[in-house]
Amino acid sequence: MAEKKRELVSGSRLVDENSLKERLIVIFTKWEVILAVLIVFEFILFSNLSPYFLDYFNLMNSTFTFMEKAIMALPMIFIIMSGDIDISIASIIALCSFSMGFASSHEIGAAGIVIIGLLAGLSAGMVNGFLVTSFKMPAIAVTLATQSIFRGISQAILEDQAYTKYPEKFAYFGQGYLGETLIPFELVLFLVLAAIMGFVLHKTQYGRKLYAIGNSKEAARFSGVKVDRARFINFTLMGLFCGISAVLLTSRIGSTRPNIALGWDMEVITLVVLGGVSITGGKGNLFGVLMAIFLLGYLKFGMGLINLSAKVMIITTGLLLIIAVLLPGFLDTVKARRKLRRQQKESGMVEV
Amino acid sequence: MSETILEVKNLTKYFPGIKALDGVHLTIRTGEVHALIGENGAGKSTLVKIMTGVYFPTAGEVLYEGNLLEFKNALDAQNAGIAAIHQEASMFSELSVTENIFMGHHITKGRTRRIDWKAMQKETQALLDELELDIDCNTLVKNLGVAQRHMVEIAKALSLNAQIVIMDEPTSALSMREVEDLYKIVRRLKDAGKAIIFISHKFDEIFEICDYFTVLRDGKYIGEGKVADTNVDEIVTMMVGRSLDQMYPKTDVAIGKTMLSVKNLAQPGYFSNVSFDLHEGEILGFFGLIGAGRSEVMRTIFGIDKRSAGTVSLDGKEVHIADPNDAMNYGIAFVPEDRQSQGVILQMSIAKNITLPQINKLSKYGIINKKREFEVTKTFGEKMEIRAAGWHVDADTLSGGNQQKVVLAKWLATQPRILILDEPTKGIDVATKAAVHEFISEMASQGLAVILISSELPEVLGMADRVIVMHEGKMTGEFSREEANSDNVIKAATGHIEEGVSL
Amino acid sequence: MSIPTSIKTITQRRETSLILLIGVLLFGVTMRAPNFVSVTNIERIVNDTSILIMVSIGQFFVILTGGIDLSVASMIGLSGMSAAMINQYNPGMPAGFVLIIGMLIGMVLGMINGAAVAYGKVPPIITTLGTMSIYRGMTFVISRGQWVTAHEMTESYMNLPHGNFLGISNLIWWGIVVSVIMFYFSKYTKRGREIYAIGGNKVAAKFVGVEEKKIHMTIFTLSGILSGIAGVMWTSRFAAAVNETAAGFELQTVAACVIGGVSIAGGSGAVVGVVLGALFLGIINNALPVINLSPFYQMFIQGAIVLVAMLINTLSEKRREQELLKGRQQ
Repeated sequence: MAEKKRELVSGSRLVDENSLKERLIVIFTKWEVILAVLIVFEFILFSNLSPYFLDYFNLMNSTFTFMEKAIMALPMIFIIMSGDIDISIASIIALCSFSMGFASSHEIGAAGIVIIGLLAGLSAGMVNGFLVTSFKMPAIAVTLATQSIFRGISQAILEDQAYTKYPEKFAYFGQGYLGETLIPFELVLFLVLAAIMGFVLHKTQYGRKLYAIGNSKEAARFSGVKVDRARFINFTLMGLFCGISAVLLTSRIGSTRPNIALGWDMEVITLVVLGGVSITGGKGNLFGVLMAIFLLGYLKFGMGLINLSAKVMIITTGLLLIIAVLLPGFLDTVKARRKLRRQQKESGMVEV
Repeated sequence: MSETILEVKNLTKYFPGIKALDGVHLTIRTGEVHALIGENGAGKSTLVKIMTGVYFPTAGEVLYEGNLLEFKNALDAQNAGIAAIHQEASMFSELSVTENIFMGHHITKGRTRRIDWKAMQKETQALLDELELDIDCNTLVKNLGVAQRHMVEIAKALSLNAQIVIMDEPTSALSMREVEDLYKIVRRLKDAGKAIIFISHKFDEIFEICDYFTVLRDGKYIGEGKVADTNVDEIVTMMVGRSLDQMYPKTDVAIGKTMLSVKNLAQPGYFSNVSFDLHEGEILGFFGLIGAGRSEVMRTIFGIDKRSAGTVSLDGKEVHIADPNDAMNYGIAFVPEDRQSQGVILQMSIAKNITLPQINKLSKYGIINKKREFEVTKTFGEKMEIRAAGWHVDADTLSGGNQQKVVLAKWLATQPRILILDEPTKGIDVATKAAVHEFISEMASQGLAVILISSELPEVLGMADRVIVMHEGKMTGEFSREEANSDNVIKAATGHIEEGVSL
Repeated sequence: MSIPTSIKTITQRRETSLILLIGVLLFGVTMRAPNFVSVTNIERIVNDTSILIMVSIGQFFVILTGGIDLSVASMIGLSGMSAAMINQYNPGMPAGFVLIIGMLIGMVLGMINGAAVAYGKVPPIITTLGTMSIYRGMTFVISRGQWVTAHEMTESYMNLPHGNFLGISNLIWWGIVVSVIMFYFSKYTKRGREIYAIGGNKVAAKFVGVEEKKIHMTIFTLSGILSGIAGVMWTSRFAAAVNETAAGFELQTVAACVIGGVSIAGGSGAVVGVVLGALFLGIINNALPVINLSPFYQMFIQGAIVLVAMLINTLSEKRREQELLKGRQQ
């Protein structure tokens, strides 16, 4: 092992001069860096397997298929970060989309439709937040119930019908490009939202509080953090972003059926956990999730290009998810063992 | 008559970052009550956990009935006849009393090894009756009070037919009458030839019930002897390891005007009718048994729990504190009892821990000012002499003492006028302990008003200008520094109301 | 301040109230449709609910420890598809044998979940979220996206649930047998009680020698076995093995548990409650068309019931705590 100069100081200087090798180990065992490397590897692999992969137009257009989920992943980071979960989000989309279809069938214009969609999402999120914080019920149980309720409302009214008539202007949100470029509006919107949410999470006091809550609700409360208020805001934000996502999705596919976005809850949660956010809260960052989004998005696109069934994709995602959680835990165990052994060695202990 | 049943030789136990035990000896004989004495963090709990198979020793050996002890888990220890009544609630609250007693060794019958509920209920009821407890064996534990739960734990140890019974502060939540009952049980066990290891903070108990004692300090073996041949001062000196003046550097401070005034504060089920004044420069000690309601009073003042009656006034004006944020704005800081779950956030850095309570103030438009955050951390981190590789290291890499310094720094950084400390020296080493005491003295001399909750009598007597004693949610005594002594304070803590005390 | 012994434990009260509720429900529906409470209709309801009962009991044990098994539906799909394909390609094999194979496949899938949780220290929700995808994907892979349809199955296979004994269908018998065995397991075996211990207090459980790893293996394996049986029953009953078999079913099993009074945080609940919870859902589903409500209301009503059940659980627990505090004060 490299020689280490380690000195305990009472101060800000970190006197821990590791060798280059050790520093590289630290960097490359960071989950988001591993994900980034995987993306590079993925690009190399697919561009060799298919001539259509490394094509500007294709790379841009394929984002249409995963931007809506990506947008929902952003507030989901907040929720999981603070130790909660929301499995009702796909149903919120159904509720929003239904509301928009309903509005559209009553001759309301594109702007009105969007506002109604966002409001529907916002209120659904507030309902979740209210139930979770006011009655102290576990988020997974509450959102399990509202999952049925939100989608149930649209199903009860729509039955096996569908709304398919939307104003022409409305199509821009899910199908349009930015000006004359080939950059999808959805992608731009996502990047803007990701920048905002990343800023909130990593640079503001609100984000700091989320980390505190996720690590220890109790200690956060003792430090004056208004825990329930933050959790309520998280669920409300989640609802709002579902509304945004519902606008994009409805606009893109141009129709609303009761089974719209079915199963997306799990896909979005997978993105967040795969991105390195701890399911028990308190750990992770937005960059990792960003990496996971593009890794999985382009994996799907690439596999489609080389005619690999979508089902291989599902299996891969599931495996990645488990490995993503298994690996850090395994690494931690190894580290702890090494630390204990070193400690024993330093104090002249023989291992028993 | 009495023979050695358990022998601990040169036992050492390491945890990552902590040396919990270092060459400890202990000899336990049958038919004796053996007091295991030491301050918080002296290593008593770790020793118990090794004897009961929860932890494995790093080095050294434990001989049980002459054989090397090789427990793979807690069950082995139980089956071998070593039973512990644990300090922390180790019960299944959703299950019945019967099942709590028999979990791990259910009575079964027949070849199918079917659980025999009738037999277990019968045996449980017999045990409960023997202890003269008015509890039905089918009651769910969540419906029992604290004292009843403790008695159920004792019944459990009896049901195991244990040869060695370890009682970790068994009386801490019991009333006088219940303590008497417990003594009866202990004597009965002793007469039956069992060995009892008795862990306690209370000297009256040790002298009342114990035969032998062993003292630990800082994970090290200090000494042992016959209880009959010693006295309180001797034991305290062994526990603390230095003279009381060094340990409790109390400076004389002129007591100023009243800052905090609490009137008739109450919370149903926890405490009632709590009234006291707190003055500038004063250290007000709160003594009592675990569960006496001291922490709950402070939690209520700090706005964590809701009060049902009473008023809190600051500088003569009544204030309404709805949550910890309000309390902070009024200049109150609260260092909670449970450091690991309420004090620090283990997975966050020292800097982030220190600045958390005032992160709003360190932000502009919600954006954290990193430079100011660093300045605050540096100022107060250095003031508390936190020893770490840097401000960015996570709190869980620090020793207990340094973690407590982080908590103190974090609250000091809010520049409070009133500092409430709930068991501030629990589970930290002796050196840090002295530093914490020094810190408390310094705060008081700077004009802060300090409330010090402690279950350690020497600490309260050594540090406080005035001592308030609580018992079962009520104030049962108030003593000036001069009046207070171990006798009257302990009496009040066990429910004797002192004459002449105005309540 | 002793607690009157005449008042039995909360759990028992919860079950009696559920039975009462089911009675009221049946009565209410009979007012609109007198034929609803007939022997044949009740039998039909129980028949429809048997699979839900079996899988919900498996789910119950996982929830009891504070976990959740999101992969049950995928295990049903994969074991059902495997069994149906074994039957398709080996028509000579006795149907009972195929059932056992299906069960074993479920067992292995459950053991994989258990191993990841117990030895890999992956939280149950993540493990089963992952295997939910993996098992579903594997279903597509082995079937190559094709279905197994009725005319590709043997008569005896399709008869597995439909045959009857003493005038009651095999499927109902399976439901009854599984419920009884699992009731016995949860109440009269050490391992069963240890599951309660882990769910109630992990630290205390360790003190009395309960090994968490073994418990995790047990519950996930059980959940797998029951899902395996359910998978075979599902494909044979509907005489089709599709790739999406039972998709979304995991939520119904959780719902049955919650309605049955199982705390989602772990530690409390009982098999009887879960069975009643599942039956309650079954009755609701069957009652909707009878009272002229479109089946499209089913989802909404189910969600509302789960929410109400949870609110009742939470509020009654709160009241109990307050009463306990009042008792302390006296």
